[in-house]
Amino acid sequence: MKTKHKLAGISRREAMRRGLLGAAGLWLARGLDFPAFAAAGPPPARAKAVIQIWLWGGACHLDTFDPKPEAGNDYCGPFKTPIETNVPGIKICELLPLLAKQADKYSLIRSMTHGNNAHETASYMVQTGRPAGGRDVFPCIGAVVSLFKGYDAGYRGLIPPYIVLTEPQGRFSEAGFLGSRYKPFATGGDPAKTPFAVEGVVAPGISEQRQKDRRDLLQKLNTLEHALPGNAQLAASDQAEQQAYDLILGDAGKVFDLSQEKDELRTQYGKNTFGQSCLAARRLVEKGVPYVTINYNGWDTHKQHFQEMRRKLPELDKGLATLLQDLSDRKLLDSTIIWCCGEFGRTPKVQWEEPWNGGRGHWGKVFSALVAGGGFKGGHVVGASDAKGEEVKERPVYPVDLIGSMYELLGIDGDAKLPNPGGLDLRVLPTVADGVKSGGLLKEIM
Amino acid sequence: MKKTAISALVLTAVLTGTVAVRAQTGLYESPAKLAPESEIDQLVFNRLKQLDIQPANLCSDAVFVRRAYLDVIGTQPAARDASSFILDRDPNKRAKLIDQLLARDEFADYWAMKWSDLLRVKAEFPIDLWPNAAQAYHHWIRTAIEENQPYDQFVRDLLTASGSNFEVGQANFYRAMQNRDPKGIAQTVALTFMGARADKWPTNQLAGMAAFFSQVGIKTTAEWKEEIVFFNPASTNAQATATFPDGTTVKLSTDRDPREVFAGWLIDPKNPWFARNIVNRAWFWLLGRGIIQEPDDIRPDNPPSNPELLAYLEKELVASHYDLKHLYRLILNSQTYQLSSVPRSNQPAAAANFASYPLRQLDAEVLADALCEITGTTEKYSSSIPEPFTFIPEKERSIALPDGSITSSFLEMFGRPPRDTGLESERNNRPTANQRLHLLNSSHIQRKIEQSEKFKYLLKTRDNPRDVVAGLYLAILSRFPTENELQIAVGHFPTDGADNRAAALDVAWALINSAEFLYRH
Repeated sequence: MKTKHKLAGISRREAMRRGLLGAAGLWLARGLDFPAFAAAGPPPARAKAVIQIWLWGGACHLDTFDPKPEAGNDYCGPFKTPIETNVPGIKICELLPLLAKQADKYSLIRSMTHGNNAHETASYMVQTGRPAGGRDVFPCIGAVVSLFKGYDAGYRGLIPPYIVLTEPQGRFSEAGFLGSRYKPFATGGDPAKTPFAVEGVVAPGISEQRQKDRRDLLQKLNTLEHALPGNAQLAASDQAEQQAYDLILGDAGKVFDLSQEKDELRTQYGKNTFGQSCLAARRLVEKGVPYVTINYNGWDTHKQHFQEMRRKLPELDKGLATLLQDLSDRKLLDSTIIWCCGEFGRTPKVQWEEPWNGGRGHWGKVFSALVAGGGFKGGHVVGASDAKGEEVKERPVYPVDLIGSMYELLGIDGDAKLPNPGGLDLRVLPTVADGVKSGGLLKEIM
Repeated sequence: MKKTAISALVLTAVLTGTVAVRAQTGLYESPAKLAPESEIDQLVFNRLKQLDIQPANLCSDAVFVRRAYLDVIGTQPAARDASSFILDRDPNKRAKLIDQLLARDEFADYWAMKWSDLLRVKAEFPIDLWPNAAQAYHHWIRTAIEENQPYDQFVRDLLTASGSNFEVGQANFYRAMQNRDPKGIAQTVALTFMGARADKWPTNQLAGMAAFFSQVGIKTTAEWKEEIVFFNPASTNAQATATFPDGTTVKLSTDRDPREVFAGWLIDPKNPWFARNIVNRAWFWLLGRGIIQEPDDIRPDNPPSNPELLAYLEKELVASHYDLKHLYRLILNSQTYQLSSVPRSNQPAAAANFASYPLRQLDAEVLADALCEITGTTEKYSSSIPEPFTFIPEKERSIALPDGSITSSFLEMFGRPPRDTGLESERNNRPTANQRLHLLNSSHIQRKIEQSEKFKYLLKTRDNPRDVVAGLYLAILSRFPTENELQIAVGHFPTDGADNRAAALDVAWALINSAEFLYRH
């Protein structure tokens, strides 16, 4: 336990202050709470898949899962009447009535924190559990799951193991030093349109016959390949091509054909890009895809914040609530983690002045996350923010705590090595020596 | 437009069948006998003989013209340039082409791109140069390459740079690293200019070298994101002595920047590290594999596959006063470089001893440019910091993008390096299923083919399917089709001439998806 040794010079009180100790006692960001790993290998997996709902831009905690009506108009704006959920004592924003009926299925973390207010560095921190600015660019959780649950781990699906609906986040290297092989497959297209033109899989305007004719033509005209039988590079490329054609011409690609679902259900999800992305995510998880990110943008509301929330929150409400219910109905919720948050929260005190006219800025000091399924208990609230939603009041949850908890539920060993070009000893989870702050795994809801 | 048009001479030749290549060997291999004359060839072929490895034949002119363009200027030859080279009867045409290519503007673009990978020219996380600094840094690198600045001076300028990141481009060398403490700087310097992974060195060796960088200061100014690199003898890190990687210890004085002392040692012609690193990299860049492999992992227990060859190249570089173009010219003119990619030996040691030219998937940027050039389309790039967004002119080539943060999902899918570490292996040219899916069937590629003005023009001006096919072959594969290929491709056209367009686009699609287009060969 080298990490324990590093902590030896610090008093317990000091360690507590620095956020190094968690509720369960001494928690080394890596190793702590994973004491069995060293001897017994990875923990048993409870979750098979993850659906990440990424609120790109940073959703306001006060206007979603951590309402503060007592803080007054300058903080809560027009949203003054949070609603009761089906779990006594838990209230959420009034614009989320459907999610209010599903609160027994999810838990809310109201004390997420990292203190960073820049999109790209905060995105990195929340999705890797690492501090930004280190020497190495670590992969995000999706790429790590792709590494440990994807093709290298016996995944045989034709659908790539790590999918993003529909566009990548941009200014964010999902795979980090793992490289392009672990990048997500971005579907492109729009699931709310028919057909959902998944980039590379569904090409509107090219008939199946023409696809087959073209493939024949390519094989006949591939002269260099014929001149180089047994070339290892070309063999790898051929295998990739075979896989691609199985998707283009075979049945596997039908997973993206949302018209196979009942119209009633499609309507429940919401006939918009986010709602239908939730439906597509369920279908993908059903087919065994281990990691799906719904990159849901439009949350960076510096101006016109409340108008924008009135448009977006009902969309989020429908899509996410239906997803929870649908997964639960299909007995998939127990094996599927859902996590929903953005890179940070938003400035609790409304910026009424020009040029914002009722906007909210970036706020990394405290924000909220929703987690459900895959071994996370429903119906709980973890941690709390202060009366105005400006600071963590109790039980700070740092990104590494959330990421580490998901790894544990997925049976991914936090101490496992990550391959990297420099051949350095880099592990799935950071240690205290990496300068990471931790409040402990989310044991209270696992 | 004019680039796609086939010259009258070529067209006549195609029509009369004199140019359509008949035998496959003639397609990729030259009938000329191997006659090793240059020193490089003697060293390589002697080694192959010792190992009883049969080298490949020389490559054909059609292969050479495409290869030379792609390797030297990261650009595929226009149809017209390929055909006139192939039909040129001048026995010295290969040497002449090499000289022409080394003088082209795209040479500076392409090699500035490669150096920007190694020197990590990137505005955003984790390198965080900021756009105007990335531009200044790239501009300095490109200018040095364009002017063929001697390599020792290029390195000296980078190592001893001081000043504002916005004004003194090369000063960004010290900012373009994630770890800016003296050890981190020493590791980066060792990697970049010695091809060595200093994290594997004994700790005192690294600490000794780090001391040379213990007085590098960086201070901010009133200008947003401006930083000044300066010699700071008052640094809290400052050390009194420093030790070169060869074990020699020197005293540091407060009136001389220790970086200058280090640079003086590094670029000394007697320093074995310095020339070795760069000649080995140059060989790796042109031949796909280092004489020491990996090219940036030079250490005593990773010996060169051909020590005499390496020593010869080092000697040549030093004697030419570190003229990198001289080095490229030597390598490009060798028969070793001009071997075919069709191997004649399956011995495991063949690849490490350069018995044939290895297949390599095109660099992401080169592929993007080639697709644009063939179809006459463009790509959109923009920088999202600082707001408002900066849009790159659509005519600008992908190889000329200055900043690693200006990118696209296409470039990343095809293995463009993130410019985080400066390791050569960051560039990943291995094929993946996602890449195949994209090229075979994405709307991006379909659109380029469907909307291609160049293909439209070709169809409008050549009503005979044979001419259309020949035009497509020259534009996409830089060569004439064989008679067999012509028959297959023309056979894909409807007999009643009803929809030549769909058939022609299918042929274009097939050639774009063929190994011959996607790989340097």
